Amino acid sequence: MTKTRTMLAAFAVGLMTSTAAIAGEVRIMWYSDGVEGEVLKDLVDRFMKENPDINVVIDNVSYSVVREQLPVQLEAGDGPDIARVTNLKALSKHWLDLRPLVADGAYWDKNFGDQADWMRPDGSNQISGFMTQITVAGGFANKTLFVQAGVAIPAKDATWDDWAKAAKQVAESQQVPFPMALDRSGHRLSGPNISYGANYIGADGKPAPIDEGSKAFISKFVGWVEDGTMSKDVWVSAAGSTYRAAADDFINGQVAFYYSGSWQVPNFSTKIGSNFDWVATGSPCGPATCTGMPGGAGLVAIKYTKNPTDVAKVMDYLAREEVVKEFSERTLFLPAHKGVVEKGLDFKTDDAQAKAALGVFVTSTTSLSDLARKLPGWHWSDTVYGALVTRVSQAAAGEMKLDEAFTRIDADIAAKVKDSGL
Amino acid sequence: MTADVPGRTGLSLSDLAMVPVRLAMSFIDAPLRWVQKTFGLGGMATFFLLPNMLIFGIFVLLPFFINFAYSMTGGTALFLPDRSFVGTDQYARLFDCANYLDPNSCVEDTFWTAVGNTGWFVVLQVTLMIGFSLVTALILNRDLRARSFWRAVFFFPVLLSPVVVGLIWKWILQRQGLLNFGLFSFGFEPHVWLNDRTWSFAATVGVSIWAHMGFYTLIILAGLQAIPKDLYEAAEMDGTRTSRVFLRITLPLLMPNLLVVIVLVLIRAVQIFDEVYVLTGGGPGTSTLYLTQYIYETGFATQLRNPGLAAAASILMGVVLVVLTLLQLGLSRPSEKKGSRK
Repeated sequence: MTKTRTMLAAFAVGLMTSTAAIAGEVRIMWYSDGVEGEVLKDLVDRFMKENPDINVVIDNVSYSVVREQLPVQLEAGDGPDIARVTNLKALSKHWLDLRPLVADGAYWDKNFGDQADWMRPDGSNQISGFMTQITVAGGFANKTLFVQAGVAIPAKDATWDDWAKAAKQVAESQQVPFPMALDRSGHRLSGPNISYGANYIGADGKPAPIDEGSKAFISKFVGWVEDGTMSKDVWVSAAGSTYRAAADDFINGQVAFYYSGSWQVPNFSTKIGSNFDWVATGSPCGPATCTGMPGGAGLVAIKYTKNPTDVAKVMDYLAREEVVKEFSERTLFLPAHKGVVEKGLDFKTDDAQAKAALGVFVTSTTSLSDLARKLPGWHWSDTVYGALVTRVSQAAAGEMKLDEAFTRIDADIAAKVKDSGL
Repeated sequence: MTADVPGRTGLSLSDLAMVPVRLAMSFIDAPLRWVQKTFGLGGMATFFLLPNMLIFGIFVLLPFFINFAYSMTGGTALFLPDRSFVGTDQYARLFDCANYLDPNSCVEDTFWTAVGNTGWFVVLQVTLMIGFSLVTALILNRDLRARSFWRAVFFFPVLLSPVVVGLIWKWILQRQGLLNFGLFSFGFEPHVWLNDRTWSFAATVGVSIWAHMGFYTLIILAGLQAIPKDLYEAAEMDGTRTSRVFLRITLPLLMPNLLVVIVLVLIRAVQIFDEVYVLTGGGPGTSTLYLTQYIYETGFATQLRNPGLAAAASILMGVVLVVLTLLQLGLSRPSEKKGSRK
């Protein structure tokens, strides 16, 4: 009997100590495009010194895990305590409302209020988290290739056609396989679509049928893939809506003009180094406007956390002005924090090209179209992006005609809207 | 053994080794007697099979029924109770086609594209896999120099993870991969293999054969070694031609092993996913999109997932597998009976 009691007591003590360990643990699911994982680790280490009772664990994962596996975990009421995500609006029902938990809600509203709607359910005033970076889609040119080819880099207001013509001349002259490349992403395709006059949002707030603006650019884009002006490798490299970037091709000097976004700046700065000169170009123009797409990654708290108080402490720390400033300066990311933006940043890089590129992207944020600004906070943007990528890549691979692709895009989106029951 | 030697007493090593066994037997003897008494001698078999059946029930049958239930529901919610009952709507959606041979005429065109691709993949891969495995096993069964080394060489790819297999071949076949480097070095024009619909399909078949052939070769090899040598000696004494020996002795006696191999290869071919997902991602376009990837993408990878449609597709895939397996088992029965009468 005594033996049994002793064993039970030992079991209870073991259980209590293990529960205590879990109670102070906060897990962050994090993906990196560049060095931001290392910077976060430094910052988190400092937080843990200040708060020895909270153990923050960073789970570094690939972006595809965040896109494909995290939503399933969340649907199951599971997942990390905090996550870095880009699909902010559509998953907003899973985010924790930090308003009653953070030290000063007014500080969050003042500094992160502009993007707060991107990550909370429609009609609420929830604080879900903050943007770790603001991104803008835009182009990059391999300056060395242009100079060697004797082709002038198109001016700021150059059109997509101007860029295609110039990039083709460069590629032919320098024996480069791809004049242009654009990431396999609906987000990336949407900037040029809007520049050609596209509108995605219907009068009822749901997706509108694909219009002439989108059709005009997509037709041009598929034509470019067929005649070799645009890299085929990226767009036909997968089925479905899988994301593929052409960054490695640009880094390896295989592309004259690459359309991606501001998040590539630290990546290029680190990996290209002095191999060749490159410049950020902003977004080429279409007949309607010259817009890129805003976006970015947000750090959000998950409502299924067992430790909401500890999570709020971690979020409060990471949202501090000096922490955001250091994170942005070291990662070369554009910050969302109003105070940090107003006071200015001293990006920690000796790379003049990277600094100049960041300047170009900051400037390009002033010329974003209204629709482009709306899309990150629109519930259906990822649905539209997914359908665009799936069908445009089939048309680019020669599997279906453009008209069929357009019909399928509308049908896919309609089916998804119906399935959602909204 | 030593205990039987006159003049020597005590325990031998084998006796000592048996001590724990005897001890264990004495522990389970009483409960087993009770089981035998309670369930009878016939019930003992059921009793021993019960743990295995329980595991099979929990991890195979139960998920199958849950999957079937999912296929009768709609919406994007993950939990079954949160989903609305839609009856056979998901199946109707999959079968909504003007012409089944033209995927573009179907509502779920991607599903039928995947079905078509999987069908071609199965026909080609199963035929070639059986052929290559059989030939390789026949060669490895001969008196070769360094036979063990060659057997290891053919078996080695089986040990690799499918992701590693996919990555290795991607590095070989991509635009700036090893194959193009080799072609270029010898003055040939490089080709973007994975952007070409025909070549990328061929690559998925070839890579899958390369990765798994060793396993099936091993099964066939075991079958070959079980064939009594005296049959071959008798045929040799009769002066029988080699081709006749193969058709009349080797192939019939190898049939049970070949049947196992055919069933395994067929099931594996219909389920193909991992190495192809890494190698081609289903592209270019949808030319290497197979059924399992369609199910994965529909159920998990898109932003608005449709678990009901994915479940319906997987049930249909399961039905096809069951039908094919039963068909093969049915076809094999007459030859087995014929063999046993002889």
